[in-house]
Parts: sequence; C-alpha cells; structure tokens
Amino acid sequence: MAGETRVAKAITPKSLSYAQGMPRHHLALFAAFLTIAVLAPFFLYPVFVMKVLCFALFACAFNLLLGFGGLLSFGHAAYFGSASYIAAHSAKVWGLTPELSILAGTVVAAFLGLIFGYLSIRRQGIYFAMVTLAFAQMVYFFALQAEFTGGEDGIQAVPRGELFGFISLEADRAIYWLVLAIVFFGILFLYRIVHSPFGQVLKAIRENEPRAVSLGYQVNRYKLATFVISATFAGLAGGTKALVFQLASLTDVHWAMSGEVVLMTLLGGMGTIFGPIVGATVIITMQNYLATFGAWVTIIQGVIFVIGVLAFREGIIGVLSRKIKKPL
Amino acid sequence: MKKTGLIVGGLAASLMATSALAQDIDVKIGVLNDRSGLYADLSGEGSVIAARMAVEDFDAASKGINVEIVSADHQNKPDVASNIARQWIDDEDVNVILDVPTSSAALAVHEVLRDSNALMLNSGAATSDLTGEACSPNTVHWTYDTWALANGTGSAMVQQGGESWFFLTADYAFGHSLERDTAAVVEANGGEVVGTVRHPFPGQDFSSFLLQAQSSGAQVIGLANAGGDTVNTIKQAAEFGITQAGQSLAGLLIFLTDVHALGLEAAQGLVLTESFYWDLDDETRAWSERFMEAKGDMPTMVQAGVYSAVLHYLKAVEETGSTDAEPVMAAMKSTPTSDPLFGEGEIRADGRKIHDLYLFEVKSPDESEGAWDYYDVLATIPADSAFRPMEEGNCPLVE
Repeated sequence: MAGETRVAKAITPKSLSYAQGMPRHHLALFAAFLTIAVLAPFFLYPVFVMKVLCFALFACAFNLLLGFGGLLSFGHAAYFGSASYIAAHSAKVWGLTPELSILAGTVVAAFLGLIFGYLSIRRQGIYFAMVTLAFAQMVYFFALQAEFTGGEDGIQAVPRGELFGFISLEADRAIYWLVLAIVFFGILFLYRIVHSPFGQVLKAIRENEPRAVSLGYQVNRYKLATFVISATFAGLAGGTKALVFQLASLTDVHWAMSGEVVLMTLLGGMGTIFGPIVGATVIITMQNYLATFGAWVTIIQGVIFVIGVLAFREGIIGVLSRKIKKPL
Repeated sequence: MKKTGLIVGGLAASLMATSALAQDIDVKIGVLNDRSGLYADLSGEGSVIAARMAVEDFDAASKGINVEIVSADHQNKPDVASNIARQWIDDEDVNVILDVPTSSAALAVHEVLRDSNALMLNSGAATSDLTGEACSPNTVHWTYDTWALANGTGSAMVQQGGESWFFLTADYAFGHSLERDTAAVVEANGGEVVGTVRHPFPGQDFSSFLLQAQSSGAQVIGLANAGGDTVNTIKQAAEFGITQAGQSLAGLLIFLTDVHALGLEAAQGLVLTESFYWDLDDETRAWSERFMEAKGDMPTMVQAGVYSAVLHYLKAVEETGSTDAEPVMAAMKSTPTSDPLFGEGEIRADGRKIHDLYLFEVKSPDESEGAWDYYDVLATIPADSAFRPMEEGNCPLVE
C-alpha cells in the first residue's frame, strides 16, 4: 500500500499536465472530430455515419485493452454482440426506452467482461487471446441456439423508441445526435482513463509487468479493471448499433467481428487516441463503398492490412504522430 | 447534376404532356442478393440478367417507362442488407427491391421497407414469416417458401409411399422450424417420424448421423438443413450408397445449382420441391435458352422468379402510371399474374404469390440426356394447395 502511494506521487508531475486540461493539439483534434461529426449527416448518409461512430467507439474500447493494457483479446465481439442482443430485446420485447435498453446492454457486457476477464487475465500472450476467443465462441453458440435471439434471423424491427419517453428517435437525424453524444462522451471518457494515474499504471504494466509487480501494484486488478471497462464500452457501442440498425444479428457476435476490430485498431494506430477512430472510418467506408465488389472487399481489406503491417506498423495515426513528434 | 437533369426532364415532360410520352416514368429496380458467397450461383448476377430480360420483354422503353437496374451484394448478412436497402430508398430513390435471398437478410429488408414508399418482391428467401404474422403491405413473396417446400416434399412423398421418415436437422432455429413443419405435414398425411438427429451447424462430418439414419430403417431421410450442409450430407450419403440401398433422400431446401454442383452421381434419387425447372415446357425452354446465352448456366427458380416479378411489377406501373408503393401494390394484387415461366397465378392479400409447385426426382447419370438434364417431374402440386392457407398465416393484412 505504501509503495502505491509513493509511486502515485512520483508520477504526479507527468499527469499534472493533463489535470490542467488536455494538450492543445488534442483539444484541437477533439474539436475537429466533433465539428466533422456534427456536419457529416448533412453531407453523408446519416446511417452510414452512425455506423462509423459506433465502430469508432468499439475500436477505442478495444484499443484501451490492446494499445494501453497490452492485452490482445480476440473475443471482443462477445461484448459488442451480447449488448446488441440485450438492447434489441429490451427495446422490442420489454418496451424499454432507448437509453435504458442501451444501458441494459452495456451492463450485461460489463458483467460478461467481469467473468471472462477474471478467468482470462490469468494467462498471457497467445493463451490469453485463445481463452478470450473461446469465451466469445461460447457466446456465439449461445446466440445461435437461444430462443430470444432469433437464431439466424436475429432480432429484427427493433423500435428506436422515444428518448426518456418523449423524444422520438425514429428519424435518422434524430437518433444521430444521441449516437454522437454517446460516442463522443464515450471516447472522451476513455481518453480520460488513459491519461489518469490509473492509465499511467496500466502503461507501466504493459511496458514491464514484473517491474510493476515489484513496485507493489496488484497487476491483476488493474488488468481486470481495464478488461471490464473495455468490455463495457464495447457493449455501449453494440447496444447503440442495435438501435441504429434496428437489428441485432449473429454478425455482431461472430468471431469475424472480433477480427475486424483488431484490424481497425491496428490500421488506425494501436495505442494512440485517435487511431482507432481513423481505422474504423477507413474500414467501414471501404466496406460501404466497395460493397458492390462483393468478395473483393475482404481481399482488398487483406491487402491493405498487409501493406499496413509491412509499411507502417504503427498505423496511420501512429506514423503521423511520429512525424509531428507528438502523441496523438 | 442529377437534380438539374430531373428539372430539365420535368420541364420537357410537361411540355410534351399531350404527346405519346405522357407516361414518362422513371423506375429504379434494385437487385439485392448474394453476389459472392454461398447463394451467388442461385441468385447473384443471374437475377440481374433475369431482371434485364424482363425489362426487355416488357418493352418498357417504348411504353415511356425508363427502367434503371442497380445491384448490390448483401453478403448474406442482415445488417449489410438493411444498410443497403435504407440507402437505396433514402438516397437513391430505388422503387423496388428484388430477390434478397437468405431469410435473415430478407426479414431485415422487409422491416426497413415497411411504411416506406418502396416494395420488396422477394424471390430468393425461404422464410414463410414474410407472409405470416409479420407480413407487410410492401412485400410480395414470389417464388417459394419453407412452408411450401416442407408441404410439397412432405405430403407428396408420403403419397408416393414414403411413409416412415427420419430427420437429419441442422441444430439451429431454421433447421428446427423446417423439421417441425415437415414432420407436421408428414404426420397429417398419415406418415410417421421414426427418429431425428441434430447435427451442429455448420457441420463437416455427417457420417455418424447418416449411419443412424440408415439403421433407423426409415423409407425417407429428410434433410432439414441448407446450403453447404445439405451438399455435404448428400455427398456423404452417396458414399454410403444410401439411395441405392432403397432409402430416399428428401432435400427440403435445395436448388438446381446445388444439384449441378453435386453432380448426378452424388445427387441421384434425391427428391425435392421447386416452383420452376427450365425443361418444363416449350416456353420455359425458350426463355431458359436465352438466359443460358447470357449467363452460361441454366436459371434457377429464384432467377426465374425475379423475371416474373419484374414483369408483373412493370405491368402494374404501366397500369397505374405511378411508382408509389400503395397504388402499384394494389394493382399487382388485383391483377392475376401471367408469364411464360410460372403460368397463371395471383398475389394474395398477405403478399404471397401463388402458382403450381413441382415435386422432382434427380435423375441418375444414365437417365440424363445431356447437360442440365437433371429432373424428372414426380408430381405437380396445384397452386391452391401448394402454399400455406391465408388464414393459417395470421397475417394482419387479411381481413
């Protein structure tokens, strides 16, 4: 305990700069993100932009675990998808308002994260990845078999309902502002966590776990907390997505979804704040505009991934950040 | 640019309002199906070709109807399908969406189009829910459905003497419902179900399940699965010589292209229900030859259904002079359907298009006289008993 306080004090000067507010260029980038997101639905198809936003949040949540915690989970679709099912079910069958449905989905994702995280953080590296994948496949199997998920058909025609019981969200433009608010504050919250003393300890564990242990940190507690936070925000993204598309389906819990979020994070820049947002935008845009090429989409995605890994391993934002010598 | 074009076009149209071009209507047809995966052969580009043939045969251009056909790949994913459908109707003014195989994708599009100004004429999907409790005033289910296939294969096989059944079922919602529906039909017709085995979905190795089916002694082995599972089951059944030993295999959801892919050696003796086969009569042969020239393969019932649906839709557009969902749908439902591929038929109030179905048996390699000569007609199931009676579907549109 004594060790903990001492180190917390030792890193205070560094975190002070964040306590006084975020660095100017981060502030500018968040402002730019918000401006683009506010203007986007007037120029682009709103549902498409909402999809990008949901996946941006999903990728940011995943990035917290991979980029800052150094834990490669290969089963994040489990939290995204189960939240999507729960949100869809509670909105459609129980008739909950949208904010409560999304909350219900998020809580379930957090709970799953707690159980799966508790068990999987006991292993490291590839074993950790395989354990998370195994849990995700269990969730997939459950979704395939359970009565309420509708199996192959998924949960269709989910009502978007009325926010707080009186603001109708049926129009695309109306629900857009809710989605933007959720995603923006979600990402801001993740940003805050990364730059908190907690985030500093997390990075220390990522860099050198034995040293963090020797400094007296309960490493597993930090890992578990990160895992749960990551699962929670993945769930928040999934629940929101279910209401946007009015649909929860097996795609959301499929292992390919877990793979996709890894791809987004790596392409955009693992361990950067804005990388996952860029990665998600690139991947979703590609999927959307190249949809006419059918099977070629996955091939093009694969080629881009290979080029990304070979030519710029830090990802798009990672490379930019190195160029301008500022963390992004 | 597009808007200016429209305004200029509108001016021109109003100037010429008295001429023969009085009915200058733009129709945008979206063919949404699987263009790269499992169902690309039975729908895919072939459905686009079929739609184009319908536009040509209808001679739309000379009737003042300008038809544009767009297509997209929904990858058999409901989220992709609903996304494309939304974008089509919100942003690109698509009036009617065709085909949409894969039940989950079809249901997603079905819900997106409800209360919109666009129609779905579904040819590719199987689920009878489209015209059941969740039926929509904007959807017509054209070619076949699970109820019709289960009923056709189930009742006709029992009548042909296949009284005892054993089901090999894919262990998920679709397989369960197919098994349940078919078992009900078999029992209603005086047959009996002697056993059931459920295989994991998707499955690879069906040998132990097939051995159970073989040792059950049932006359008919019903395959309540789909796609790759069905193809694998049939291949492995051929290795065990199941049909040669006297048991029949009944495919509950299998298409001409599946038989083509399997080859007659593996598929021979398989009994299945379809609503169209290229070699039924002179008219289907003539049309299919034309299709063959464009595509290189014979048409499936799904592609034939797209042709038939586009033709009937354009007739309704011509009659009403509009592309609005409500009047066009009303005209489509009030006019009996008639085309060279499905013959006479009609669209019921619940959105179900009805026509005759056929029970086919796959020929053995010796009986086949050439490429694509695959089926013998065992029985014709008349339109009035081929599909689920309206009152059993509980569709709210039926008064």
